[in-house]
Amino acid sequence: MSILKDILSPIKLNRRTFLKSAAVTSSAVALSACTKETREELLQKDFRSMSKDEIAKVIQRLEEKYAKEYGKKFSVSAKETIPHTFFGYALDISRCIGCRRCVYACVEENNQTKEPQLHWIQVLEMEKELGIDLIHSNLYYDHEEVPYEGHFYLPVQCQQCKNPPCVKVCPVGATWTTSDGIVVVDYNWCIGCRYCMAACPYGARHYNWGKVKLDTETINPNTHYLGNRPRYKGAVEKCTFCIQRVREGRYPKCVEVCPVGARKFGNLLDEKSEIRYILENKRVIILKEELNTQPKFYYFYGT
Amino acid sequence: MRRFWFIPGLILPIFAWLSYFPLHVASDQMSDSGEKTQQSAEKQQMDIQIPPPPFSEGIFPCSECHADMEVNLKRRKLVEFHEDIVLKHDEKNRWCMDCHDANNRDMLHSASGELIDFRESYKLCGQCHGPKLRDWKAGIHGRRTGYWNGRKEYLLCAHCHDPHSPKFKSMKPEPPPKKPGPIK
Repeated sequence: MSILKDILSPIKLNRRTFLKSAAVTSSAVALSACTKETREELLQKDFRSMSKDEIAKVIQRLEEKYAKEYGKKFSVSAKETIPHTFFGYALDISRCIGCRRCVYACVEENNQTKEPQLHWIQVLEMEKELGIDLIHSNLYYDHEEVPYEGHFYLPVQCQQCKNPPCVKVCPVGATWTTSDGIVVVDYNWCIGCRYCMAACPYGARHYNWGKVKLDTETINPNTHYLGNRPRYKGAVEKCTFCIQRVREGRYPKCVEVCPVGARKFGNLLDEKSEIRYILENKRVIILKEELNTQPKFYYFYGT
Repeated sequence: MRRFWFIPGLILPIFAWLSYFPLHVASDQMSDSGEKTQQSAEKQQMDIQIPPPPFSEGIFPCSECHADMEVNLKRRKLVEFHEDIVLKHDEKNRWCMDCHDANNRDMLHSASGELIDFRESYKLCGQCHGPKLRDWKAGIHGRRTGYWNGRKEYLLCAHCHDPHSPKFKSMKPEPPPKKPGPIK
């Protein structure tokens, strides 16, 4: 025994080094066994610490992957913020009739999975007598015609908080606020722990419980890395104010489809924007103000 | 946007040739303060566009039929034509000729008798609905499409509200979300 000890002593193979080298070797073997794409995906850094070249590479890989998977030419953009913008959103409670056009337009625009169903916008029906009363609201109303007598509607989606609890709790930094005020998720960096869902007081974050199912026909191939590109099973997603549209200067999809024009969007830093007009001239409320989340999603009474 | 809920059965064909035209905001009544006039002048510089008015097919120009007809200013129930129009818009106090011009059939007119083009009908509506007109100009009332930092498109009042019966019509909602259940 002593001979063996003498031979091994310069290597100093203690428990720690043995485990370390075993882990490195086994993961190297595992990595060499998988395809190039999977390997790159596994070794991808988080979005904020990637260089421009690295981002370009990742985007190229994703575009190829999506094109192969959905049989359609995909564009994944990583367009940066437009300088001097800070987005805000306003919804006219006195106009909304609860028709849910926004809900389904959002699904088409942002490629939410169909099965299991996932909606970024949830329209709550409330009794006029009770006022805004989230506990007694009804998400599953199904009337022949809306607005239903004695009721009003409050669509809820990500409130894009200035002080977002979801961002604070993320253990890996996979979600953050961009400089134009959008809370985004890096779906590749998300580990699916769902802490953010527990932290969000608006139920605005959604989890992909199953493999994402999208129809080739209806899928929207104009995507943004931080927005509507197809997601993965086990990743959390949320409303991004249609980042792929608003960074091009366009209105979010829900603003454009609302048949009553209840949805308003604009740049909070622009004095002449619609959103500033609302904040300065209308009665505005925010949801769960007492939690100090400071939403940039305002509800107002247009009448 | 599968359905258009404006005026049932109305579409916009005749005016297709007119295509889009700029909105003239600066000239009208918004100038109660110097600042506001400046604002509206700026708005005019911004590129804001409105689609043509939503006429029923073949109804415009009105003068096509009305040119040879005698003007009858007597308030009455219409029986031969336009009988499908049911006025539910302060009908006790008003009728056709309060908005449509009897002498120039292809135009509307304001309370003071000023002729108003159908493409600028918001000026007519705004006589009574002043705050709504103000909000509409600011982009708060009604739907806006286009670019938040550039060219925008408005709709005329009549695109969403039937001028003869302006209450917004109720509609069938899209299906409710599925209640959470076991994962397949």
